Amino acid sequence: MRIEVAGQNALIVYFAEQSSAEVSAQIQAAVNNILASMQDCIVDLVPSYASLLVIFDLDRADYFDVKRKLRGALENLASLDAEAGELVTLPVYYSTESGPDLEIIADNGKLSVEEVIEIHQQREYRVYAIGFAPGFAYLGEVDERIAAPRLATPRQKVPRGAVAIADRQTAVYPAVSPGGWNLIGLCPTRMFDPERDPSMPVKAGDRVRFEAIDRADFLGLGGEL
Amino acid sequence: MSGFVIQQPGLLSLLQDRGRYGAHNLGLTTGGPLDFIAFDWANRLLGNDANATCIEIGFGGLTLEAEIDTSCVITGAEAPCKLNGDAILQWQTIDIATGDRLEIGFASKGTRCYLAVGGGFDIDPSFGSSSTVVREKIGGLHGDKLQAGDRLPCGPGRVDRQLRLNEADRPEYGDFALLRVVTGYQQAAFAPGQQWRFFNTEYRLTDRCDRMGFRLEGETVHSDMVGMLSEGICHGAIQIPADGQPIVLMNDRQTIGGYPKIGSVIAEDTARLAQLSPGAVVKFEQISIEQAHNIHCLQQAQFARTEPEPC
Repeated sequence: MRIEVAGQNALIVYFAEQSSAEVSAQIQAAVNNILASMQDCIVDLVPSYASLLVIFDLDRADYFDVKRKLRGALENLASLDAEAGELVTLPVYYSTESGPDLEIIADNGKLSVEEVIEIHQQREYRVYAIGFAPGFAYLGEVDERIAAPRLATPRQKVPRGAVAIADRQTAVYPAVSPGGWNLIGLCPTRMFDPERDPSMPVKAGDRVRFEAIDRADFLGLGGEL
Repeated sequence: MSGFVIQQPGLLSLLQDRGRYGAHNLGLTTGGPLDFIAFDWANRLLGNDANATCIEIGFGGLTLEAEIDTSCVITGAEAPCKLNGDAILQWQTIDIATGDRLEIGFASKGTRCYLAVGGGFDIDPSFGSSSTVVREKIGGLHGDKLQAGDRLPCGPGRVDRQLRLNEADRPEYGDFALLRVVTGYQQAAFAPGQQWRFFNTEYRLTDRCDRMGFRLEGETVHSDMVGMLSEGICHGAIQIPADGQPIVLMNDRQTIGGYPKIGSVIAEDTARLAQLSPGAVVKFEQISIEQAHNIHCLQQAQFARTEPEPC
């Protein structure tokens, strides 16, 4: 573990060179410890694949002070259990109607569309990071057979709820936005709703499972085509 | 509730408080005033709370009509300002009466003006802040820049003491800024020769400068990184993508990203960078974390000790 300078009021902790479920659990344990012991001087925490950015209040603490406290908070990281984090199930209406890139992924992996849908649901994914846009959760990692590079030309408009794959990552678009990921279905669950508390169904460190639903259920759950 | 009605919104007028903190875990960025120094003075001259909501007027062109009696202050970029057609001064309190028409023209020196009113605008916070981030559709009146017809609620806020900031104490907005950098992040991935080049050449602001990031152009700088894991990006971080041209990430930056960074510009200097126009020149200077802390403390102390004068 390395603690380094990131900016005038920010340090970054690097936990490993690569991401993994274990590293993600470790970062989550660190977040919990920091929130418990350093809340008075912390402004924001940004957990990501293998790092944690710690932004502090320059009027309440300095780099040296924060670094010392941070070392303490990182000393006894609770369970490194990769099973840590809440399990959240997200319903998905997979179809060529709701997932225009399903066939491309199937062709890539020499699979049928049904197999692609099956393989996407088989794994439990971990929320490695939240960013890009409010509520955008980077989930990893998908089975290599359904991994697919980003589109050469990103779409101008990806619908809200689009379930997508880029390389070995998968995600649900929280709002209409431009995007270059491959679309395989639609999820009726709102990934970011500022009016609701909590505003997101998942947080970094959680685990996500996808579950196929049919068109009628999708519409019944408030989904829009 | 009454307040002000927008007649002409200008190019990019945004309600801002000091920024949104504690919501990075949801992917929400900071927002807040690009030039916090001018923002802080606007509130201070009115005796407002330091976090009171103001309008950041990007490039100018804003006209509003008052529905209440209050006072206002316009700081930041130099722009022709008028009250009912008569020229008024910036960096000082101006009394406003119901029915008055306040005009902030186009900036001639600097790019961002700040308009504060007595007691601040009364905007419901979202995620703890009124700051508008257009990309996220969060904050302000409806997550967007101000539009003609918008009504900005505020209470009557006439101040008793007319104050102005002495000219010598005001920031100067020119066409050059020295940007002091705390090195870190992927600094080690930039070979010594690349770093030397980065800190010893001048960069120019391109016309692709916005609240997310300021794109610069000059000598290219390359890192040895081949692919990196996305990680948290702090304010002022200098990202250098494969084209070798630096981008200084500002208030509305994405909270995570996967491009190598050589370090971060301190907030006191991003405030100056924000007031520069395309074509302006900047130079980077490496400083230690100790120096970065000292500059912050000195800035705070100077702000506290500088007394505005009666006018």
